[in-house]
Amino acid sequence: MTGLPLSLFALTTGLALILIGLFGMLTQKHIIRMIIGFSLMDTGVHLVMVAIGYVTGGTAPIINDAVPAADAVARVVDPVPSALVLTAIVIGLGVTAVMLAFAIRIYQAKKTLNIDACSESKW
Amino acid sequence: MIQRLLIFLTLLLTAAIFARLALNYTEHTQLSKLATHYAGQGPAELGAPNLVTAVVVTYRGLDTLGEVTVLFISAAGVGLMLRRRQQVSVEAEDKKPASEIVVTAAQLLLPMVFLFGVYVFVNGHLSPGGGFQGGAIIAAGSLLLLLALPGAELRQRLIAVTESLSGFSYVVVGLLGVILAGGFLDNRIMSLGTYGTLFSAGAIPIIYTLVGLKVGAELSAVLGRFRDTGDQ
Repeated sequence: MTGLPLSLFALTTGLALILIGLFGMLTQKHIIRMIIGFSLMDTGVHLVMVAIGYVTGGTAPIINDAVPAADAVARVVDPVPSALVLTAIVIGLGVTAVMLAFAIRIYQAKKTLNIDACSESKW
Repeated sequence: MIQRLLIFLTLLLTAAIFARLALNYTEHTQLSKLATHYAGQGPAELGAPNLVTAVVVTYRGLDTLGEVTVLFISAAGVGLMLRRRQQVSVEAEDKKPASEIVVTAAQLLLPMVFLFGVYVFVNGHLSPGGGFQGGAIIAAGSLLLLLALPGAELRQRLIAVTESLSGFSYVVVGLLGVILAGGFLDNRIMSLGTYGTLFSAGAIPIIYTLVGLKVGAELSAVLGRFRDTGDQ
C-alpha cells in the first residue's frame, strides 16, 4: 500500500483542532466562545490519541466471530488509547460543565459575559 | 499590541511542535507489548469480547473509579455554584411551553431512549458501548424531557439516591474483588460464564450497569441544575 497512512489524516485534523481551539481561547473575549475553544481543543486531543493507537489495517478490538481470538493480536488496533479517550471525554465533559456553571455565576454577578469585566484578578 | 504578538508567537511555536510531530509520524504496524498482552490474553483471562471494556473496567479499573469520582466532584461543584433559589419554581410556570410536536414525540421516544441507554450499558462487554455511553444516552433522554416539558421537575431525591447507591455498590464490588479474587476491582468474583453471552465476563456487566446508572443520574442532575438557574 502506497501513499500517506490513514491515521496521519486523523492526526493532522486533531492537531489543527487543538490549534484552532487554542487560538479561540486566547483571542476571544466572550466567555462562551472561550469555552467552545476549550471544547475544540479537547476534541482535537481525543482525535490525536485515537490516531496514535491505530495499527495499519487494524479493526475494532472486539474479539468475536469476525475477529477470532487466535489472530486477534495481528488484526486489532491498540485498545489502550481508546480506553484513555473514553476517560478523557468524560473528564472533558465534567470540566466543561463546571466552566459553564462559572459562566452563569459571572453573568449573574456582572450582567455580562465579557471577560474584560473580570479585572479584579488581572495583573 | 504586545498581547497580540505574544498570542501569535505562542500559536506559531505550538504549530512548529505539531508540524514536527506530524512530519515524523509513522503509523504503527504492530501492537505495543502491553496491547499485545491485552489482545492475546484478555479474552481468556477476563471473558470480555470488547477489549476496550476489559481495559476500562478491569485492567485499569482503578482509573475508572477515579474518573467516576472526578465526574461526581464536577457534578457536586455545579450543584454548589448553581444553588437553587426559592423563587425558581414560580418562574418555571410562566416559561413558554414546547410545541405539540415536541411534546408528543418526547412522550413517544422517552421510554425508548431510556431503554436504549440501558441496552448500551448492559451490553458494554460484548459490543461497542458501556456505562459512560449508556449514561450519556439516559442523560440525553432527561434533556429531551426538560426541553419538552419546561415546567417538569426532575426527582432530585431519586437521582441522588440512585447515584449514591450505585457509587457505593461500585466500591463494594471492587472490595469483593480483593477478598474473593486477585485484587481490587477484579471481575473474576463470579464465574466467567459462556464467552460472548449477556451474563458472562464476571463482574463487568454489574460494574458497567452501576457506572451507567451513576453517570446517567449525575448528568441528569447537572442538566436539571442548569435548567433551574434559568434567566434571573
